[in-house]
Amino acid sequence: MLTQHFPALLVVVPLMAAPLIVFARRSLASWLIALLATAITFGIAASLLAQTMSEGTLVYAMGSWEAPLGIEYRIDAAGAFVAVIVAAMGLIVMPYSRVGIAAEVRSEEHYLYYALMMLCLAGLLGILVTGDAFNVFVFLEVSSLATYVLIAMGRDRRALVAAYQYLLMGTIGATLYVVGVGLLYLETGTLNLADMATRLVDVGDSRGVLAALAFITVGISLKIALFPLHLWLPNAYAYAPSPVSAFLAATATKVSIYVLMRYFFTIFGATEVFDARATGAILLGLSLAAMFIPAVVAIFQHDMKRLLAYSSVSQIGYITLGISLDSVEGLMASAMHLFNHALTKGGLFLVLGGVVLRCGGAGFDRLAGLGHTMPVAAFAMVVGGLSLIGVPGTAGFISKWYLVSAAMHDGQWWLVGAVLASSLLAVIYVWRFVEVAYFRAPPADHPAPGEAPLSMQLPALAMIAGCVYFGIDATWSSEVSMRVAEVLMYNPGVGQ
Amino acid sequence: MRLDIILRVLAKLLIPFALVFGLYVQFHGDYGPGGGFQAGVIVAAAVIFYALIYGLPAARRVVPTEVVQTLMAVGVLLYSGVGIASILLGGNYLDYFVLGADPVSGQHRGIFWVEMGVLITVASVMLKIFYVFAGRRRDAEETEE
Repeated sequence: MLTQHFPALLVVVPLMAAPLIVFARRSLASWLIALLATAITFGIAASLLAQTMSEGTLVYAMGSWEAPLGIEYRIDAAGAFVAVIVAAMGLIVMPYSRVGIAAEVRSEEHYLYYALMMLCLAGLLGILVTGDAFNVFVFLEVSSLATYVLIAMGRDRRALVAAYQYLLMGTIGATLYVVGVGLLYLETGTLNLADMATRLVDVGDSRGVLAALAFITVGISLKIALFPLHLWLPNAYAYAPSPVSAFLAATATKVSIYVLMRYFFTIFGATEVFDARATGAILLGLSLAAMFIPAVVAIFQHDMKRLLAYSSVSQIGYITLGISLDSVEGLMASAMHLFNHALTKGGLFLVLGGVVLRCGGAGFDRLAGLGHTMPVAAFAMVVGGLSLIGVPGTAGFISKWYLVSAAMHDGQWWLVGAVLASSLLAVIYVWRFVEVAYFRAPPADHPAPGEAPLSMQLPALAMIAGCVYFGIDATWSSEVSMRVAEVLMYNPGVGQ
Repeated sequence: MRLDIILRVLAKLLIPFALVFGLYVQFHGDYGPGGGFQAGVIVAAAVIFYALIYGLPAARRVVPTEVVQTLMAVGVLLYSGVGIASILLGGNYLDYFVLGADPVSGQHRGIFWVEMGVLITVASVMLKIFYVFAGRRRDAEETEE
């Protein structure tokens, strides 16, 4: 049966699509290969999620060498959940890319764009599926290197600087991570994550383990763009080609958050991280700072892409806030917001990509009067904005509701006020768009746009419709998030 | 350019040996130090040496840029193709045991093709990097004309 090879094929399919695209060279052919590969990958990810939900952890021995001797792939509901988000986003971005990149990437470089997207996808999925600490680093680099080049493909020359900035910060982050892994290897003598978790219990409280925890936390936080380490993100999202911004906003930081959750809860065990150390308090402080400071910065932006980017940094604060609560409820809220925010922000960037194509930029001077010139896109932006705020009936509301109830469950009532106050800041920055789009006259030299082409509009509207759908019927998302939280918290499969 | 005749003759003498040494490192990788990465670097170094002595256009005539770029993809595909072959033969991904009649010959065959993929990709990536850097000013002038 092919099903048993799905953990490996999840990575292999996009990985093999990349060289095939390089052979194809022609824009249309490479697009077709990429589309087919993402569709297959999404099917595999969905099937893995269904399997892990019903059967628990799946283990796959690479080259039939059993762990800990060989490298194993190990995927459970938590990994499969994020894999579905990543693969789905890939599948949505591909049909969009055909027209989406035509204006932003030179035609002879189209095949490189598709090949790099495939490599990025393979890297992100590899992080989720592997059961080996060093493998995580390798896949982190595969996806990051592809990302740097994708960002640099942006039409604006500042994209090069943004990519370089991200390259520096990303490399520092990856280096810190690998130093942490090295220390853990020194302490435990294994790189297999499950094995490491069981051996760490015996190693106990050594300075090496503590240093490893610090290195890994800071390294991965750089990749997450957790508040004071977020400086690379706004430029990277603002100057990358639109489909790339959408794909990264929905996937790259989310995968890194998954890695952080894995290390905090599965590897180190929550007691070590949260009870014996001040990690929880530090993470809580940083999350609160992330919820407020970047949100205020977002209010003062004059470019919609940058505004959304700062909003992303702010929304990441909600996810890490859930982690810092160290409870099943908190983790569930985090997993929920991971999904809902990917949906919302991915959708918003996709809509914005169509707008940029028609208006020639995302600056507020270009977007003025959008409500009249592109009514559908403007309305979709508003709906997505409502989901960012967390208005009832949108996906953002559901995750904030769970976050607030997790805080109350913990007895931390003041956090409820903090979440509400931060949502008010979101109201202000979303309102800035509403004001520009509906209460300003279009610029005199406006190129009379009309709506974006259908191939871009449909995927974007599907995502925005998803925001509303998962805001009204959260059965599936809450059920899966609950399972993810339980898997992370109670570590089934470790020590068996 | 009469004075570099010693260099040209020596290069012609050395390059074949460099290439053979690359193959030795490649195939001896099963038993001793070596393998696809090291061999790939040596093979690429031989071509880069040729380019340094005889000029970049000459090297590009021998190993054209398009060939280099295709080979970069061929190596990756060869490596991952071995994994797919193992799956088709009933093993796990990259399971070499199923590739031969007995486990030892299977392991030999598997690692041979995987390392071949590594050699091809490493050598062509090295060359590509060299071509891009060495051709920077030259290519820019050509596009301006």
